[in-house]
Amino acid sequence: MPVFDEPGAAAPSVRPSKGTINLVHLYPREMSIYGDLGNTRCLAARIARHGYTANVIGHHPGSLLDRSAHLVVGGGGQDSGQARVEEDLFANADTLRGLAADGVPMMMICGTYQLFGNAFVTVEGQRLPGLGILDVTTQGNAKRMIGPSVLETEFGTIVGYENHSGSTTLSAGQSPFGVVRHGFGNNGEDQTGGARTANVFGHYLHGPVLPANPRFADALVAYAAELATGRPFEPEPQDDGVADQARTRQIRRLLGSDSAR
Amino acid sequence: MPLRTSAAVVAGKAARVATRLRGGGSAFPGLVAERVDPGFLAHALQDVRGGIVVVSGTNGKTTTTKMLVALLRAHGRRVFTNPTGSNFTRGVISAMLRELPVGRGRLSADIAVLELDEAHALKFAAAVKPTHSLLLNVARDQLDRFAEIDHTARLLASLASSTTTGVVLNRDDSFVARVAPDLAPGVEVRYFGVHESIAARLPELLEADVRFGDEFTAPEPAAYDGLLKPADERAFDVVFGAGDGVGPVTLQQRGLAAMINATAAATTARMLLGEAFDAATAATALAGVRPPFGRGEVIQVDGQPLELVLVKNPAGFTVALGTYGTTPVATMIAINDNDADGRDVSWLYDVSFASLRERGVATTSGIRAYDMALRLSYDDVSVGSIEPELIAALDAFCAAHAGEPKRIFCTYTAMMALRRTLAARHGLPDFGEEG
Repeated sequence: MPVFDEPGAAAPSVRPSKGTINLVHLYPREMSIYGDLGNTRCLAARIARHGYTANVIGHHPGSLLDRSAHLVVGGGGQDSGQARVEEDLFANADTLRGLAADGVPMMMICGTYQLFGNAFVTVEGQRLPGLGILDVTTQGNAKRMIGPSVLETEFGTIVGYENHSGSTTLSAGQSPFGVVRHGFGNNGEDQTGGARTANVFGHYLHGPVLPANPRFADALVAYAAELATGRPFEPEPQDDGVADQARTRQIRRLLGSDSAR
Repeated sequence: MPLRTSAAVVAGKAARVATRLRGGGSAFPGLVAERVDPGFLAHALQDVRGGIVVVSGTNGKTTTTKMLVALLRAHGRRVFTNPTGSNFTRGVISAMLRELPVGRGRLSADIAVLELDEAHALKFAAAVKPTHSLLLNVARDQLDRFAEIDHTARLLASLASSTTTGVVLNRDDSFVARVAPDLAPGVEVRYFGVHESIAARLPELLEADVRFGDEFTAPEPAAYDGLLKPADERAFDVVFGAGDGVGPVTLQQRGLAAMINATAAATTARMLLGEAFDAATAATALAGVRPPFGRGEVIQVDGQPLELVLVKNPAGFTVALGTYGTTPVATMIAINDNDADGRDVSWLYDVSFASLRERGVATTSGIRAYDMALRLSYDDVSVGSIEPELIAALDAFCAAHAGEPKRIFCTYTAMMALRRTLAARHGLPDFGEEG
């Protein structure tokens, strides 16, 4: 089953491909409720625009992941979707841990971010173990954290939209992905947004996050391209004027007039 | 009548006049009456004996309500409804205030047909138990308000279980059809759905329900269950399980979604009217229904049609593109992210815009004009210009495409703003004045 109809990735290129990047989207059916497939669409298109070939693979529950992935993305789902993928995630735990240790870039949003942590503790106090790739723990809440969000990260100021009820806490030594400038971030309290270990990024930004934040998208593509080809990333110039407008206008709305950069 | 309800009617009516003078929204006067007398609804509906019908679900509420009202009125019933698409409880109260005589806080009608969104349908049911409910579908919509589809499904299930007499369910939507076992004992269930001849088109209409491991199978149609059997994009029959039916009908509104809404309305009307239901009367009534404003409404601008198409969520936008894709025209897309639109625009990435690729999009507009243009770039759809100011965009769009048909896909508050300007220029009926 195709993840989506991807015209950008399939567009014929005049020059030979610089290499094929295997892009795996975890659970497109169960865990991409808030437009998270847009991230995969964006990555596939940008891989093509940079002169590489994107091989998009939808991973569904019940199949085995192999070690050929160069880039892995996961989105947010509902509680029912999350429950349906847990068993499969554990069946593939060693593969995912191995990929993470090899420096494979991964971006896990919301529900998959929580599943990549140490555990999710339900409102009733039940402790559901996670993969432990990110050293974070999530506590379920009655209240939801919903609204537009701005994070300051090493890839610049990033905008997105949060919609989560879990409060995530980083263990001592775990790096955050960014600092919250607007919205809730991990828990609405300590100003941390998301987590990063090696090239594994977990966070709560839907939006989807990558189209409006192309610097972050290209960083993921760059890590993947190096793994796929064994050579440094060879980017092509991109026209990101519309993305930059979309992002800076949102930053200005949320933070005030002279904060956009 | 209780003094408080009388005071509420006076206060609400005063607010209504004030709001209309300001040219503002339809829900504010209802808010005033709701504050003054929380028992207002139950009291006002006390004399409505022929049924209190709630129409809910994610997509098609306004159109279906309008069709159901037309069907009942064509059969001679006096119907109270909230025709403005103001589908919160206070919108219902606002509509009531227009019809309530001061000093007598009770409606004089045979049947009330109320369009309510999923959350307000439950608020309403807490005040007045509906005799009937019609549940259309569950899809991703305003997740910033409802948080989860599963939550929306639970809201509809609660509405169904507080309904006293009869429930009409979408047999093809597993979120909806699965509520049947939870109904109160003795409540009659009827289903509407699509005929097997077009079952292949269901995936473009329905949200995947991943709550269960087992595949969902639609229940077998019974004698009074209505199935949609289309001839083309506008003409269709509603075929009942027993073999009889309504049609052929040609709607004024285009597309599969409108025809499914008509099927839902016909099935519900038959349940409400019983033996009095007449197929020929029903067919004539459905053919006479004009599209509600902003739902495929056609406005003549300088001798050329301009269609306003409301889009609120992935399922709705996908259906709209499927409906209108067969006749490509100059296109503008206006996306706002106010509360009434849904503040999260992520859902635009769950819609394929490939059908617009050949012709391109002339203009994107609204608060999120740049995000919409960015989205289109990822489907290789060209965008002529980006203008966040709605009226400036409308003017430029109409000027650049003066001699040809035009279409604007717009979110709710963008539609309201555009229509207000178009109404002032081209003499359209005011909000709330139609029906």
